Amino acid sequence: MKDWLGNAIARGELIDDWLSPKRQTSLALLRDSKWPTRRTEAWKYTPVKAVERAALAADARDRDVVAKESKQYSVDGFPEFGMDSIRIKFIDGVPSEDLSLLDLPKGLSIISLAAASSDCNSWVKDAYASIKPERHLFGLVNDVLAEGGVIIDVEEGAVIERPIYIENVLSKNEETHTRILARMGRGSKATIVEHFHGNEQSLNTGFSEFALAENAELEHYRFALQYGEAVSIGGGHFQLASNAILNSTIVGFGSDLSRLDIDVSHVGEHAHAKLNALYLLNGKELFDLHSTIEHIAPNGTTVENVRGIVADRARAVFNGRIHIHRDAQKTLADLNNRNLLLSDKAEINTKPELEIYADDVRCSHGATIAEINKESLFYLQSRGISRANAQVMLSFGFINELVDQMPNELMAEWLRPQLRQRFALMDVK
Amino acid sequence: MLSIKNLHASVEEKNILNGLDLEIKPGEVHAIMGPNGAGKSTMGYVISGRDGYSVEQGAVSLDGKDLLALEAEDRAKAGLFMAFQYPVEIPGVSNLEFLKTAVDAQRLARGQEELSSREFLKMAREACEQVDLPVAFLKRGVNEGFSGGEKKRNEIMQMILLEPKLCILDESDSGLDIDALQVVANGVNSQRSENRSFVIITHYQRLLDYIKPDFVHVLSEGKIVKSGDASLARQLEDEGYAWLADENSSDEGLGA
Repeated sequence: MKDWLGNAIARGELIDDWLSPKRQTSLALLRDSKWPTRRTEAWKYTPVKAVERAALAADARDRDVVAKESKQYSVDGFPEFGMDSIRIKFIDGVPSEDLSLLDLPKGLSIISLAAASSDCNSWVKDAYASIKPERHLFGLVNDVLAEGGVIIDVEEGAVIERPIYIENVLSKNEETHTRILARMGRGSKATIVEHFHGNEQSLNTGFSEFALAENAELEHYRFALQYGEAVSIGGGHFQLASNAILNSTIVGFGSDLSRLDIDVSHVGEHAHAKLNALYLLNGKELFDLHSTIEHIAPNGTTVENVRGIVADRARAVFNGRIHIHRDAQKTLADLNNRNLLLSDKAEINTKPELEIYADDVRCSHGATIAEINKESLFYLQSRGISRANAQVMLSFGFINELVDQMPNELMAEWLRPQLRQRFALMDVK
Repeated sequence: MLSIKNLHASVEEKNILNGLDLEIKPGEVHAIMGPNGAGKSTMGYVISGRDGYSVEQGAVSLDGKDLLALEAEDRAKAGLFMAFQYPVEIPGVSNLEFLKTAVDAQRLARGQEELSSREFLKMAREACEQVDLPVAFLKRGVNEGFSGGEKKRNEIMQMILLEPKLCILDESDSGLDIDALQVVANGVNSQRSENRSFVIITHYQRLLDYIKPDFVHVLSEGKIVKSGDASLARQLEDEGYAWLADENSSDEGLGA
């Protein structure tokens, strides 16, 4: 819908704040961008029509009548991790509390994007929109329109024990553009959790950028748990300096349109990225994950496991690209996508892509439609578990294997019942 | 209790069992020994209902119930348990969930109520202790990353929890050091009762030093060629299987 894009550009032109120079650059790129069609490679299997519908609904509602502050929200699944976390909650892009009141440990600063100003945060001006590649159209829109968001700064050497948990509530007829920009100093350690939820007609773009300095370690989670009519297009973009370690877990439910673009860029040597992504789709839901791993410097490693269960008429799109640049010798990269289809009408469009310009690398990739392992099935049956029940256990086990790998066990314990609940709604053949 | 009559079975058109007969009464422990390829494991798989084995002839019944007509799960519910030689690893399915589902399935089949999580956890902890497995193993995926010995002990733990009538142990002693062997044997011995029978498939006399069998059978080329008491196992350990082949051929000679 060109109108929406045109409108977004027009709205962007009106925003005048300390990020304006950055926003202007993205605006210029947006003006030259084309609205995606079926012929646009990055959107080949994912029609953007749902964006139009959601945007129209958001546009039609009377913004003055529904004052965001006065709304009553019934928040489903507000997580109780059973642990202490630094909680930040955005309701339709607006922080529910004054972020300056957060009780933060030493070495950590979190400020709201809106509250930041250029003089105190020159690094932000440099980093904003510089980690995220320019090719993401909705990322550019987010560059221009994002007003709700957080800037996270972890000082050199700081080890932040409590997870930084950022919740995004998406509610009916809202159009929101949320943003995270995180910088992790040398040798620092932190956990950042992004959680999106909502199921009513709405439109969200949520893009996050993470710059990891030498030896920094980030444990990252993105729970893209919006479903139903909540249209969400987002991205997670990571830049890894030498010896940086990224361990990221992405969990997606499908919706009318749920899309995530992940980019990991190994700009320093000996960086390590582990990416586990899983999705559970039902009904007519769509989930689209595009990941691009850029190995620019040598000796980097990437392990990416993507697994999904697709039921009914739902559809998953996965595009996993690994690009090993000429100088990235001794890279080890492994990417695989496995899918369990629970119905004949469920669909997967999966494409792993390897592009290798260095000659001394070890790389593997694969995409499969998985089947239930017969040996395992017999083992369970031989213990008196019914075939049907055994199939359910093994199907759930297929994705739960990645949940088991989540470094934070309390988080895994929080997630598991939500996945089980969703899985219980699916028909297992 | 278990009755096997003239059982003929094949795998991929290859005959493995050729007229196997075996009668086991309640409370008895039978050891099945025999050279590699004699059909010992196949016997266990055919009885437990694994896919890929076709039964050409014969009958297997447990307390009068025709096992061959049942799905694997229903054989288990009828009271059959097999401890596998190579238990599979099932990452993503926790041992605890697996065990509770299995125990509940058994209980429902016996007309009992499902256990509460708390009741089951208590039972499972005790069973862990009995086979010397850390309780933390309950949280891990089924057999995931377990050593060979841990897998065997996990099998015995399942046996303890499921309380079957008839237990088949398929080389539960292979790959075990002497300590683990004792744990397995103690687990089995603790379950011996006048209502529960055991079939112990093994290559070695060693396990039978700990679990005293009532009968020892030698399986060769898919049928039982010699039966005796515990002393037969010692004889086999000392002399191997070759003398049996001679004995059999001379028997046939006499018969003809």
